[in-house]
This record gives sequence, structure tokens and C-alpha cells, in this order.
Amino acid sequence: MKACKKAWKNSLWALLFLLGGVALMAAGAARGELGVVLARATNICMECIGIG
Amino acid sequence: MGKVRHAIQAAASLAANSYVIGFLKGKIYRGSLKNLCVPGLNCYSCPGALFSCPLGGIQGVIGSRQYRLSLFFIGFFMAVGALCGRFVCGFLCPFGFLQELIHKIPGKKIRHFKGDMLLRYLKYVILALFVLLLPMFAVDAFGQGEAWFCKYICPAGTLEGGVILPLLNQGLRAAIGALYRWKIGILVVLLLLSIAVYRPFCKYLCPLGAIYGLFNRMALLRYRVDQERCTQCGACRKACQMGVDITKGMHLSECVFCGDCKAACKTGAVFFDAARGKKAGDAINFKKDAGI
Repeated sequence: MKACKKAWKNSLWALLFLLGGVALMAAGAARGELGVVLARATNICMECIGIG
Repeated sequence: MGKVRHAIQAAASLAANSYVIGFLKGKIYRGSLKNLCVPGLNCYSCPGALFSCPLGGIQGVIGSRQYRLSLFFIGFFMAVGALCGRFVCGFLCPFGFLQELIHKIPGKKIRHFKGDMLLRYLKYVILALFVLLLPMFAVDAFGQGEAWFCKYICPAGTLEGGVILPLLNQGLRAAIGALYRWKIGILVVLLLLSIAVYRPFCKYLCPLGAIYGLFNRMALLRYRVDQERCTQCGACRKACQMGVDITKGMHLSECVFCGDCKAACKTGAVFFDAARGKKAGDAINFKKDAGI
């Protein structure tokens, strides 16, 4: 019974984190963070490959 | 489970790096798919990469002049972690897959050594320092930070972009210097170490594993133990190459969902399941669930 309650509690936290995460992703995308990512990802990252 | 998992790992690695033209021409993909991130470590400077890397992305955002905090990536890690924790490491990460393949090379295998568990905390230090604090605060005169983890540590970037691109591009080859030699050194050491140690980068250095590991205990998809079936024989603990004791809940943040514990359990006490809030035994008794 105790284990069952703990499992419920964990699942509830996971659901809250999941929903909160999706909301934060939407907020981040709305304020234009993905533009920075796209700008970096569409050019060769010299740092990543060990050159710049 | 092993063969299925390896097939999924291979498929995920290929899918994330399927821009074949990039490999042929020594260029990278520049399309809109790079707005999306893969959950695992996969360098966006790999000629075949179709998507972005979450670690490169977060360093880029918090190191930029406009933002000092990335809501998108905090949310991304929360959502992926809460959904499946380090399942990403065991099933979707190309660099983890490569280390596992190398570990299959015959030779002396080191399972545990003195200070092994203490060394696992290094990945949290790297996460805090190289992924968050240095890109955020060590900025130039224009307020622009660097991607410290990508620049000085990440072996996936070196392997996927650093090896292939200079081979195909004369200009990049000419620019090779001390930093390149340092990063190649890290890569070679890690790959050689992978022969003896199971997933050394994931165990000791990977900040992404550190983040997802924090969610392992509560993730919706995770391994569980039916305590009524468990005989405490220790077979799962002995089988685990990451040093997890799932029956006692010890070092659960290290679990990469490889399934070795489940395969080793003779009583079927270990099972992989989405959280249902039921007693563990009921969750696997599908006949009872269906009312048969």
C-alpha cells in the first residue's frame, strides 16, 4: 500500500514536470530562443569540431 | 531485449544523421529541421545531422547576448526527463551506442574500482561549470559567452564533425591547432577506455546523462521491481554494468535502461512499465487487469 502511494506520488510529480516542461518550451520558443539555436546549428560550429 | 535495443540505437543514430549529401560534400544541413532537438548527444556540426544538439543549444542560448536563461531547454530537459529519464542514454544516444559497441571488443573488463562511484559526480561538476556557469558568466566585451563544453570536452562533436569535416575540407584542415589535438586526445582516450570500461563517458563525464539521471526515480517510463516476486538473489545487481542496485533503489540515477537487470531476473520481478499507480505485481498481471 505504501509502495503504491509512493508510485502515485512519483507519477504525479512526473506529470507535473512533463506539463511544466512543455509550457516552458512553449514560452522559450515564443520569446525567440530557437532562433539562436537555429543560427548556431546551421553554421559549422568551429568550437564543437575543435578548430575555433 | 539486447538485440532489439541495439537495433533501436542503430536506427536512432542513423535517423539523426541521415543527411547523406553532407557526408559527400563536406557540408552541414541548413534546413528548418535544425529548429528541433534530438534528446541525445548528437553534434549539429556532423555533416549528416538533421537536428540540433540540446547541449549545444542550451550553451548557445545562455551564452548569447539576448538571453541569460533558456526557458526552452529547461523545459525540454524537464519534459524528456519526466517522460523517460536516461532511457535516452540507453536507446537514443549515438555516442552511447558507439561506446557499447567498442566495449564488445574482447579484452580485460573493469566493472568497479576504488572511487568509481565518487568519480560519477564529475559529470554534475561538468554540467554546472562547463554547460551552465562558464557560458553564462565568462563573456567577452560584447556579452557573448562560449560553448565551453562543446569547445573543450565534447567527444561527440570531435568524432562526428571534427574528424569528417577536416578530411573533406582543405580550409578546415589548415586551421587545425592545439585545441584540435586536445579534443582528439579526449576522444581517443575515451574510445580506448570503452574497451575495458562500460560507457566511460556516460558514467563520468556526460552532462546530459547527469540531467536525465535526476529524473530517473520518477520518470513515467522506468524499470520497477515487484517486491513480492523478488527473492533478493542479487542477480540484477551483478548484471548491471552501471553499478545500479534496482531492488534497493541504489544509484538509480546511473540506470540507462539497458535491461540487463530484467534479463538476469529469473523470477520476473524486474519489469519495464509506464507508471500506473498500481501495486507492482498487478501491473504485470495482464490477465487480472483484463478480468480474465
